[in-house]
Amino acid sequence: MYDGKKAVKIALEKKRWETKMAGKAKQRSTGRLPRFSTVSDMEIAALYTPADSVVIDYGRDLSFPGEYPFTRGVQPSMYRGRLWTMRQFAGFGSAEDTNARFKFLLRQGQTGLSTAFHFPTLMGYDSDSPRSKGEVGKCGVAIDSLKDMEILFDGIPLDKVTTSMTINGPAAMIFAMYLAVAEKQGASFEKLGGTIQNDILKEYIAQHAWIFPPEPSMRIITDILGFCADRVPKWNTISISGYHIREAGSTAVQELAFTIADGIAYVQAGMDAGIPVDKFAPRLSYFFNAHMDFFEEVAKYRAARRMWARIMKERFKARDENSWKLRFHTQTAGCTLTAQQPINNVVRVALQALSAVLGGTQSLHTNSMDETLALPTEQAATVALRTQQIIADESGAANSIDPLGGSFLVERLTDEMEEKAMEYIAKIDDMGGMVAAIKRGYPQREIADAAFHYQRLVDAGDKRIVGVNSYKMTEDLRIPILKIDEDVEKNQVARTREVRRKRNAKRVKARLEALREGSLSNVNLMPLLLDAAREYATLGEICDVLRETMGTYTDPAKF
Amino acid sequence: MASALARSRETTKERKPGRKVRILIGKPGLDGHDRGAKIIARALRDAGFEIIYTGLHQTPEMIVSAAAQEDVDGIGLSILSGAHNYLLPRIVEMLREKKMGNVVVFGGGIIPDEDIPKLKRKGVDRMFTPGTPLQEIVEYVRERVKPRK
Repeated sequence: MYDGKKAVKIALEKKRWETKMAGKAKQRSTGRLPRFSTVSDMEIAALYTPADSVVIDYGRDLSFPGEYPFTRGVQPSMYRGRLWTMRQFAGFGSAEDTNARFKFLLRQGQTGLSTAFHFPTLMGYDSDSPRSKGEVGKCGVAIDSLKDMEILFDGIPLDKVTTSMTINGPAAMIFAMYLAVAEKQGASFEKLGGTIQNDILKEYIAQHAWIFPPEPSMRIITDILGFCADRVPKWNTISISGYHIREAGSTAVQELAFTIADGIAYVQAGMDAGIPVDKFAPRLSYFFNAHMDFFEEVAKYRAARRMWARIMKERFKARDENSWKLRFHTQTAGCTLTAQQPINNVVRVALQALSAVLGGTQSLHTNSMDETLALPTEQAATVALRTQQIIADESGAANSIDPLGGSFLVERLTDEMEEKAMEYIAKIDDMGGMVAAIKRGYPQREIADAAFHYQRLVDAGDKRIVGVNSYKMTEDLRIPILKIDEDVEKNQVARTREVRRKRNAKRVKARLEALREGSLSNVNLMPLLLDAAREYATLGEICDVLRETMGTYTDPAKF
Repeated sequence: MASALARSRETTKERKPGRKVRILIGKPGLDGHDRGAKIIARALRDAGFEIIYTGLHQTPEMIVSAAAQEDVDGIGLSILSGAHNYLLPRIVEMLREKKMGNVVVFGGGIIPDEDIPKLKRKGVDRMFTPGTPLQEIVEYVRERVKPRK
């Protein structure tokens, strides 16, 4: 940002300053810590100056908001035009329970919906499967068929409210049910806005809710890309997610690198399937974690935007500006919350949320303070939403665009993150791309190593966590928590059995047979899935058909 | 579903006197959170135990059959899905049915405080909650789990 001559002078001045300070420091004792590093254990210098940013060319590397390479933001007006979407992830118990929570959150000023499904749905099992015993409605809402989906969105106009659905293995099946509800509401597909996570690669890497092996999974994904490009043009088809990679224990650089490498794999797959890049790339979006190290996170979001823009323009030769823009959702880091002194989590969430806002997120979920204990109570969920509203309306953080841009530290970190992440991406390219790297267990191993390294630092007291390894208190840990009624499972099983009794069995059978045949050829599966959903074929039945033709994936169980 | 067991080293079924204590780390239920399970597996391995890791998405049947096949002395179960009240007692019950009631069962995860006494009454020896130092778990295993006769 500064010309060479001035930078050299500043660098020399900095040397002088360091020598002088080193002398003084010796008299006063050495530094507070032997080494200063981010939560990802990336070393941080005592002071950054313009000399650290000498390679930055403002026009080339930063530019203006809404202009390539979008380092400073994807929209020209950012939050002065419109605030980020406040989108709290919610789902528990029955479809009725979650529908009521959705409506409560909308009444509190939330501006979009985000659905959490229970584990059987995430894994493609019905609630009455033996695999589902004990799990029904526990970690999300139970959805077995179109019937449940109708109840879930009852009274919520799908052409007005955008909904994000965290669903991956069975993303296409759940999306088909959602489309069938929209049809019943009379909402046209062209008007539907929302997101399916549909990011299977990070399931193998980190989140682990998969059904099929990588290759058939990628085929289903490209079917969705093609179907949406033609028929649901405003839908975000994949939310390429670093969130879970980070929660599994990766560093910030690994989160950035593996997520963008996943994005590269999806773009390549779409193009290989014959879809022109500019027809589907504008509907890809990203999902990042907001972890504890404030500046590292801000730098991560900025680096992500710049990397994606360059990759899309230079590597994939996309021409549409919208293909270059990395739009992203952020969620604060669940893994940083502590069961000890849980009210402190409100503060952690506020700091993390602020980093996401200063990093230019398009939408945000703030975690509730009680999430290390159970799913959030209504009160805890409200405080979490209010945290965003305080940042938006009181803090002034949304007034000026990319307010940390130009900070010597943040610019330097942004460069470093990009450089280190691109090294990882080059390595993954050498392995033959992300699918091949996953099969070798490469990203999985890197993350497990980082997680173990961090835990060792915490155990040694080198990384401090308030209430866990410092400032401990004896306390009564009981705070009010949300309990899922055991009746949810019984009632859900009864409802699904009733759906099976009441539907037209012959038509269901025909639709499932058509799906089976389709899966053995290379037709687009989305219309077939939509047909099956309309007839109330259950998620488990649909997935069973495809398990048979596509096979299943099992955890390689490395540690 | 098949199960791919990961071993810390080649184990044999043969029982020699003074052999290492053998622990199965299991992930019952459908949740995919294996960060904790993998860290514990590594920490126990580094502390000198023989470790077998089941991988994710295991039914109680799969875990008990792996425990029998590997002839383990203790089972550590990691669960964050909320299904612990059903799955953990079921595993203890199935071990007893297989005459393996002397295998020490312990666990960890997102477990509400009030569920812990109930799990203990049903035969789970100890539950660890988030924030527990690795050393505490290693010491617990060293003290509580001995080679079964």
